[in-house]
Amino acid sequence: MPPLTGPKSGDALFGSVERVNAELFTLTYGAIVRQLLTDLEEVEEVNKQLDQMGYNIGTRLVDEFLAKSNVSRCVDFKETADVIAKLGFKMFLGVTATVTNWDAEGTSCSFVLEDNPLVDFVELPDTCQGLQYCNVLSGVIRGALEMVSMKTEVTWVRDMLRGDDAYEMRVKLTKQVPEEYPYKDDD
Amino acid sequence: MVREVAESCVDGVVMEMVAAYCGRFYAAKPELAARRIEAIGFQVGHQLTERYTMERPRFSDHLEAIKFICKDFWSELFKKQIDNLKTNHRGTFVLQDNRFRWLTRVSIDPSVESMDATDNDSATLGDSAAQTTSMLLYFPCGIIRGALTNLGISCSVTADMSNLPACSFVVRIKT
Repeated sequence: MPPLTGPKSGDALFGSVERVNAELFTLTYGAIVRQLLTDLEEVEEVNKQLDQMGYNIGTRLVDEFLAKSNVSRCVDFKETADVIAKLGFKMFLGVTATVTNWDAEGTSCSFVLEDNPLVDFVELPDTCQGLQYCNVLSGVIRGALEMVSMKTEVTWVRDMLRGDDAYEMRVKLTKQVPEEYPYKDDD
Repeated sequence: MVREVAESCVDGVVMEMVAAYCGRFYAAKPELAARRIEAIGFQVGHQLTERYTMERPRFSDHLEAIKFICKDFWSELFKKQIDNLKTNHRGTFVLQDNRFRWLTRVSIDPSVESMDATDNDSATLGDSAAQTTSMLLYFPCGIIRGALTNLGISCSVTADMSNLPACSFVVRIKT
């Protein structure tokens, strides 16, 4: 069934979801990262687990997003990226991302965040050189996109915890899976 | 203006923490998983009380601190106060939340889930719902213990989920 109304704006979307104090989210995530660093031997393994956790979360958040946003089918990866940046980040994190740095084919772009609730209160010691603190976010993007038939690779290009001026995720579309209908036409 | 995020972000992260520790890291050692989840909660509770008591005078006794947890602290986290506080006046307090927010979306009756199972091992499926719930509850227990420890009260906290979605947290103060 087509949506009864047009897509909601980012602010209306954020206003319509149940919200909690961001500090609970920030501190919970921080405590999880800290515990993972204690429990797992390698920083690279921590990065992998954060990405896996994010992937699993992303596969579920996309359902809530589609249920509440009134977004209809996106025609291509470019439109999908715009929707995630303008509506998805706003709905869940209360911030807006910018989409930029498209390649010529329209299959690679960057999401840039200048504000990120995950990292309030966070400082990294020198012993965490290889840690991708926000790897849960790249996992979420990957998981959500895979549920709408787009396989991607997500890498971090800029990280404010490492002294950069913003957070930048590079998202590369590797495969767009054609949708397979489970029912055969009878005619 | 207090910064907010969607509740499903917290739900997602908490659920994935439980899934990671119980299902991936310590699948065969539930006590180790429980201890880790409680430790994460302890850290969160400890830090949150730091934030929520910044402009507040020192609590005069244990009951005042417990009341703070039941009212202001719980309202910040769960948008409601604890419904009932009981004590035996000998260092044990029972905090009852009649509709604990983090349990409102979990399966209440394991046997219902069992009936939906297609495999033959439906008993364990029902068991696993209850197990996941009890693992999840180590997190708020840790939050409460961390909060009280930061307020100068050394204690142990356990959860009673025998009446879902109501949940009781039993606080035993150490002397």
